[in-house]
Formats: sequence, C-alpha cells, structure tokens
Amino acid sequence: MNVDNPTWMIIPILLPLTAGLLCFLFHRKTFAIVLSAVLANFMAACFLTGQLLTFGHMRYSMGGWQAPLGITLRTDGPAVLMLLMTGVTGLAITLYARGYFSFRIDDPGRTERHQHQQRYFWPLWMLLLSGLNGLFLSNDIFNLYITLEIIGISAASLAALSGKPAALLASFRYLLTSLLGSLTFLLGIVFLYKSCGVLDLDLLRNLTEHGPGVRAALALMSVGLLLKTALVPMHFWLPPAHANALAPVSAILSALVIKGSFYLLFRLWFEVFASAITTAALNVMGTLGSVAILWGAIQAIRQHRLKLMVAYSTVSQLGYLFIAFPLSRTADNAQVWSIVIFMAMAHACAKSAMFMSAGTIFLHFGHDRIRDLTGVRASLPITVFAYGIAGVTLMGLPPSGAFIAKWLLLSSALASSQWWWALVIVAGSVMAMIYVFRVISRFIVIPEGFSSQKLGYHSRLLEWPALALAMISLLLGLAAPWPLHILARGSHDLTQILPGGLP
Amino acid sequence: MITTQIYSITGLLLFGMGLFTLIVHSHPLRKILAVNVMSTGVFLILIATAYTPLGQGEVDPVPHAMVLTGIVVSVSVTALALILSCRVQETSNRDLLREKPVAETAKECTR
Repeated sequence: MNVDNPTWMIIPILLPLTAGLLCFLFHRKTFAIVLSAVLANFMAACFLTGQLLTFGHMRYSMGGWQAPLGITLRTDGPAVLMLLMTGVTGLAITLYARGYFSFRIDDPGRTERHQHQQRYFWPLWMLLLSGLNGLFLSNDIFNLYITLEIIGISAASLAALSGKPAALLASFRYLLTSLLGSLTFLLGIVFLYKSCGVLDLDLLRNLTEHGPGVRAALALMSVGLLLKTALVPMHFWLPPAHANALAPVSAILSALVIKGSFYLLFRLWFEVFASAITTAALNVMGTLGSVAILWGAIQAIRQHRLKLMVAYSTVSQLGYLFIAFPLSRTADNAQVWSIVIFMAMAHACAKSAMFMSAGTIFLHFGHDRIRDLTGVRASLPITVFAYGIAGVTLMGLPPSGAFIAKWLLLSSALASSQWWWALVIVAGSVMAMIYVFRVISRFIVIPEGFSSQKLGYHSRLLEWPALALAMISLLLGLAAPWPLHILARGSHDLTQILPGGLP
Repeated sequence: MITTQIYSITGLLLFGMGLFTLIVHSHPLRKILAVNVMSTGVFLILIATAYTPLGQGEVDPVPHAMVLTGIVVSVSVTALALILSCRVQETSNRDLLREKPVAETAKECTR
C-alpha cells in the first residue's frame, strides 16, 4: 500500500460541500460556482483513478486518527468507477439544469417562482453530490449512515422543489421512507457495534466469527438499504417521487441516488460480510430482483405519462442489479462486481438522458401524455435521438454497457445451470423493447397533414447533454476493457489490517 | 448487567412501537412523531451499549459520539418533515387528516 498523497481523497467530498455553502453567499454567480465545482470534482475523480492505477488501493485516516477510533476513507476499483460515473453524469446534469432553468425563467408569467426554484436547486444538488461522493469513499459504517442521511435529506428536498401538491406529497412520503430506511440501518449498526465493537469496514471484514448479532445487524441494514434502493415490494415511493420532480431532479434521483444505497448494500454483502451470506438469502434477492424486472416492465408498459413510464422503467432496471446476487455463488467476486458496475454505469447514463429528454419534451409541449406526443421528432430531433439511444441501452442491445452486463449475467447464469434467471433477463429485455418502442414510434411517425409546432428559441444546453450521456451509455460497451482493468487493479490487493488497540 | 438489558429491551420496544405507528396511522404529524420515537429507541440501545464493554464505572465514548450525531440528524430531519407536511397541507386544500388513496394521487399526476 502506498501512501503517496492520499489527502486528495477528501477533495470530492469537501469541494461540492464548499460550493453548496458558497451558493448561499453569492446568489448571482451560483452557476459559475457549481460548474467549477462539478468540473473540479470530475478532475479529482480522474486523478484518483490515475493514483489507483499507479499505487493500488489507498487509505486515508481523517485528521491522523487511526482506524478503530478515527474515520478512514479509501479508494478501490468499484469506488473509483462510481466516482467517475457520478462525475460524468453530474457534469451533464449541471449543464442541462442550467438550460432547463433559464428556459423556465425566460417564460413570462411565473419568473419569480422559477428563479426561486433555481436558487435552491444548486446548493441542494451540491450537498447531494458531496453526500454521494462520501458514500463511495467512506470506510466507516457510522460515517456511511451519515452520508445516507445527507443524501436522503437533500434528495427529498430536491423532489419537493417543483412545489406542485403531488410533488410535495410524494416528497413527504419519500422523506419518511428514506428515514425509516436509515433508522433501520442505524439499528443494524448498533447491533454490529454491540457484537463486534468496531465500526471500520476493514476491521469488520477481518472478523471471521459471525454470531447471531452480526447476522441480525446485516439483516436490518439490508432491509434499510433495500427500502432506499426501491426493490420491488418496497418501490411504492419511487414512481410518484421521481415522476413529479423537476426534470434535472428526476435525472439525479433516478441515476445517482438509487445507485448510492445499492452500492453500499452490495459492498456490505460481497466485501465485508461475504462469509456470513447464505445461499437462501442470495436466492431471495434474486427472486425479488426478477419480480422487480417483470413487474416494473409491466407497469411501465401500462403508463400513459412519459415520466411515470421512465420512473417505472427504473424499478424494472434495478432488478438486474439484484439478479447478480444469486449468480455470485459460482462466479468469482470480480466478475459479479463487473456485472453490477457495468449495469449501474450504463443505467445511470441512459436513465438520466431519458429523464432529460422527457423533461425537454415536457417543457416544449406543456404535457407528457404519450398519446398526444405524435411527431415530436419534427420539432426536437436531437432530443428524440437521445431518447432512442438511451432506449437502446435499456433494452441491452450491443454495443451498450448494459449489453456487456446482461451478457455476463446470461453466461454466468447458464454456466452455473441456473437457467431460470436467464429466462427472466431475456423476458425483461423484450418487455423493455415494448415500452421503449411504444414511445419512440409515437415520436417518429409523422401522420399526414401534421403541421410541426413552431418552437421558440431554446438553449442548446437542453438537448446536447442528454445526447452526450446517451452516447456514453451506448459506447460504454466498446470501452469495456478499461473499467474492467480498473476493477481488477483495485479489488485484489486488499491489505490485511489486524484489529488491535480497541478502545 | 440487568440494567443495560432493561434499557436495550425498552429501546427495542420503542423502535417497534414507532414502526407500528408509522405504518398504521396516516396523519402526517403522527408519522413524524413515530419516526422520532423510533430514533429515541435506537439511541437508548446505543447508550445502553456504552456501559458494557469496559464496565467498572468506565464507559465507551464511541456510542456517545454516535448518539450526539444521531440527535443532530434527527432534529434536522424532523424540521424538514414538519415543513414539508405544512406545505402539503397548504397547497392541497383538502384535509390531510384523511390519507389520500394512491389512485387519487395518480389521478392528480395526470391532471
């Protein structure tokens, strides 16, 4: 382990937090502050990746306090890839939000209200980004609880931003659900502390004895995180909260917030408590994942509103992440990680592109009823193209990143003779095709005697970020060896740290 | 030893009661209070934990730090939830005492 300059690790946490605070001080220059913070955050993520490739996995003890008492941060392959995902998506969402808010503010009538929304959007978004980066980097389970709360609070406030009664109600439910999730997680931490006496993830990993206390703790923490990740029986809060929010907010919630709690869950199951996991538990997760894929897709097909449809498709796509659980029995750890990371990255880019396109369409036409959106292509060609490309990723066609993930899923399902998961994956993809094409065909077919609606001037920022993200999600499959290389570099050289010097 | 167990079991009971209220009752204020009761239960267990590892009158400081942090989080979340529920009541002019069924919320979305 090299400790060249690990202080760099706090930059992705500290920088957005500072930017968020500065936004309150300087009302006029918020966009400049946020944009520079997001750019610097992206560069810091790239730098951390470079360091990971050169030195391997690193740790940083905050304030010089060592592990049992102090809080440590660390980088490894999955963490760095999630940071990169957040960096890229965050950059595009920031640019899109700029275009979105300036379009709405230019709209006469409710200028003041829209300015008000914009003023609160930027600091909350920065707070959320800081929490997410903290979640990916932190190595202390109580600190992880704090980042979960930061994410939950800022996400619920962002969801309430649009001010519509439906959005407020959805956001209230979202807040309560996420609170319930984090309290359950906290109870799990208490159990864990009672039975192990340590909070650092590396120290917890080295404990070989898993008594009933640890199992109960793991169960409680898993339920809490599943509630936040919206796996199927617990997905009730997701569609209204995501569909009623402002477009950039929906993109953030669907692409990043869900991934945060999922990443934590996955890390707990496959890194920290890998030896305490039973086959039955893995199968339960896989079954719930399959139900999520099918149920989410059926609901998505039945929706009449574009944004609700995209929200239900998130419920469905999350299921693929959970199907990777039962396949881990035969596949090695690195393969399961690569499936999950590919799926998460591809979905983050594609889903945020989809929500952005839906938002642009909503802005220009004033509604998002799928039935009445015929011939949108004539007015917003780039947006429709971005929507289509993102749809290709959701279906999992090559060369998208989701294709790689589904391919790995299918091959490991067949190799371990658990063919029923393969059936679900294929069925889910076919249903994704139905709900994507149902909308695309409306957009593209221009009926006879159709006069395209004349649109006023709009910023390029409304269309190009969505297209860029959609292209990234599509081309991720071509760049597949590169993330795999980072994963391989980061996940194996785990250093052994002996528990000692307990308080 | 018995004392800590009494505290822990009480904490668990509080957590359970809060969870029950949160799920069963629909009034927003009741829900917010239920979440608070739940977090109090968790803190009680934590405080009880602090006494055990060392015994002999010494206490483990880590759970105390965790409880303090938890209280800060719980206060701010409660404030946010209260404001949100007030805004919900202001903007939707119907009485929130009765929970709106999900179908009605969905209808509102399509409007």
